[in-house]
Amino acid sequence: MRDISVSFCNMKFKNPVTCASGTFGSGIEYSEFVDLDRLGAVTTKGVSVNAWEGKPTPRVAETPSGMMNAIGLQNPGADVFINRDLAFLKEHDVPVIVNVCGHSTEEYVEAVKLLSEREEIALLEINVSCPNVKEGGIAFGTDPKSLLEITKAVKKVSKKPVIMKLSPNVTDIALMARSAEEGGADAVSLINTFTAMKIDIYRRSFVLANRTGGLSGPAIHPIAVRMVYEASKAVKIPVIGMGGIACAADAIEMMMAGATMVAVGMMNFHEPSLMTRIIRDMEAWMDETGTGRISDIIGCMH
Amino acid sequence: MKKCRARIISKKELCEGIFDIRLRTEIAREAKAGQFVLVFPNDPSRLLGRPLCICEAGGEELRIVFRISGPGTAKISGISEDEEIMIEGPLGNGWDIKAAAGKEVLLLCGGIGAPALLQLAKILGSQKGKEGGPKDVKAVLGYRNASMNSFLASDFEDAGAQVIIASDDGSTGIKGNVIDAAKTEDIKADVIFACGPLPMLKAVKSFAAEKGVPAYISLEERMACGVGACLGCVVKTAAKDAHSHVNNARICTEGPVFEASEVIL
Repeated sequence: MRDISVSFCNMKFKNPVTCASGTFGSGIEYSEFVDLDRLGAVTTKGVSVNAWEGKPTPRVAETPSGMMNAIGLQNPGADVFINRDLAFLKEHDVPVIVNVCGHSTEEYVEAVKLLSEREEIALLEINVSCPNVKEGGIAFGTDPKSLLEITKAVKKVSKKPVIMKLSPNVTDIALMARSAEEGGADAVSLINTFTAMKIDIYRRSFVLANRTGGLSGPAIHPIAVRMVYEASKAVKIPVIGMGGIACAADAIEMMMAGATMVAVGMMNFHEPSLMTRIIRDMEAWMDETGTGRISDIIGCMH
Repeated sequence: MKKCRARIISKKELCEGIFDIRLRTEIAREAKAGQFVLVFPNDPSRLLGRPLCICEAGGEELRIVFRISGPGTAKISGISEDEEIMIEGPLGNGWDIKAAAGKEVLLLCGGIGAPALLQLAKILGSQKGKEGGPKDVKAVLGYRNASMNSFLASDFEDAGAQVIIASDDGSTGIKGNVIDAAKTEDIKADVIFACGPLPMLKAVKSFAAEKGVPAYISLEERMACGVGACLGCVVKTAAKDAHSHVNNARICTEGPVFEASEVIL
């Protein structure tokens, strides 16, 4: 009998597939396309204590086999999120990973305190890697010492396991993963987007109003595999691997590189039912290759 | 709302760079006037759907009329008859047809904004003078110049609208933009429906405010998901938006049609 379930942060997930924060709303938006109960978990759009306006438009641009975004973590704030989005997800049989953002240590801590009271949340993912938010965001995620401190601060107050979401905009991803682990993180997820730029050569203007934005999509997948490999080798805590996953083969590859769970991001926009297809195709691959337990492949390339 | 394959029934170039494609798709059955679809270029390196308004929908036939505005729409325009293309929809809110009941309706169509208003014109045309229908329907179609062949103008006439043509250089119809033409003709309007470039929509907003009539405008913005998940395509709103709880509304979901006074352009 094949077993596609995985154990992550001492919890059992029916399969290793979730969505990357920000590419799937709170699940409500895609629920006409996807049976949410089929997913390993739903990872929500970033939530902060108070509502955030986000960045001016244009906020998105297509790039070869990918896209750039500078949304700026627009969100309605924790109260609305809890009463509307979380209430919706509670009606489903799917674990919820809530992505948390803030402008300062205090804001992260306050949001974590609020959200970790909710029994319907399985895990918290701390977004210290958004390239579009200067205060907080990436400022914490690109310096090992800041990452260590913020991890300690949220771990001190969190009643839920904490996943630190890492930025790829660093020289040594292994060092960052180790900082998160040293700070007490229960897991790390990577990669967030690469800071990128696109220029309209006829208008001589930046395509995104924010000038820079985060690059994601299949274009970056091989870099993500390398970084997941390096990070997962450097730490004992589990890893959620993401970056341009477009099919079951990409997800399996990410797990072989060292990820216990995988997240589908930008490609949800291309194919709204992609995550359920990936789960099905992973099962078919297991049967085809005689892989009894999907967990046996985690980090097999180490 | 679904994503599925659509077969090309026919393709025409109405004037340079503006294409008219008819597709066979079940999405047409659900489509409402003013909604849009995401059309995915048949190119594995271009992954996002292009938001294109529904020009006409009836039975299983969907008509889109769009301008080449970049490599993605260029790729879509290069499709041949009998080929297939992936589309997702119908998306967005569509026009508030009830707002036209008993009213003298003015449709303001700026260039490639016209396709967004044709299905509405057809519905209003068929309801004209009837209970719950509009009193009258006039459409001003603005073009850059005569080389645009007044595309879709005859479709609006066939729909039962009285058509006035305007062009920036006066090479066809009244010289000036759609607002200039509406003023020149002294068109009476109780309600305005408009789609066109942003500067035109700004002018429509102030024109409607001056006249004290409601104006419904259809907006566009670069978007990724089309279903309200990515928050890429927002417009600033005058009041806090009920969904976002900030002064931003999602054009793909709360729009693309907004009452002009609700949004800050």
